[in-house]
Amino acid sequence: MTVMARTPTTHDPFNAIAEPKRRQVLEALGTAELSVTELVEKLGWNQPMVSKHLGVLKQVGLVKERRVGRQRLYRVDAERLKPIFEWVSPFEKQWSDRFDRLDQVLEAMKKEK
Amino acid sequence: MASKNKTVVTAEPGKQEVIITREFDAPRELVFKAHIDPALYVQWLGPHGYEMILEAFEPYSGGRYRYIHKDKDGNEYGFHGCFHEISEDLLIQTFEFEGLPEKGHVTLDSMRLESLPGNRTRLTIQSLFRSVEDRDGMVQAGMERGVREGYERLDDILRQM
Repeated sequence: MTVMARTPTTHDPFNAIAEPKRRQVLEALGTAELSVTELVEKLGWNQPMVSKHLGVLKQVGLVKERRVGRQRLYRVDAERLKPIFEWVSPFEKQWSDRFDRLDQVLEAMKKEK
Repeated sequence: MASKNKTVVTAEPGKQEVIITREFDAPRELVFKAHIDPALYVQWLGPHGYEMILEAFEPYSGGRYRYIHKDKDGNEYGFHGCFHEISEDLLIQTFEFEGLPEKGHVTLDSMRLESLPGNRTRLTIQSLFRSVEDRDGMVQAGMERGVREGYERLDDILRQM
């Protein structure tokens, strides 16, 4: 295993998603294009908080903004998100697979009881 | 079969830890038992396609464990560590992969099991590495394995977008 250090910078998308709330914003957006109002509704947070996290995500390019009339719509930029999934997703997958197997063991244990 | 209970791995930049969380539709007592009963443990621990050999397993404070994942070509990957604390709500152990060129890249893994309403359980593992470099190396090693397994989840996400 080669040990390679990742040097985080403040403008790094990795840093941006280190904050759990920002991951929630990305999840809330999903594949949709939403306005701040819609995000406020979906997340149940106040508007300044939603705007703050959107601002950071926009800054690192994970979220794209589009103006439609007076409204601004936001969506996830999949291309920018890709390296992040490549980073943590396979590691997560190992654990996810392992726990899916544990689910099956637990189901069998429940039946035995 | 993918579960509706999602495994979440958090590796914040610049930190020495990885946090893994997952919920189970089973009471804590069973989740705990599946971690300390060797016959159950071997059923779920090893990756798919690997033979799991539990060479030593002493699930009590001060006990040790060693297991080997053996692939189809006979390659063996050994892991070992010691148990520090074993109770139904907290399980602490060390963990080391033996395949590294240098010894001592140990993690301290603390697993918490919380009972949730409806006979459910939340599992949280904090895996603490000796350095940020160690942690990033480990996550990236997972990435290398992941390349072989294919980026199924990423593919799904990208397809939706």
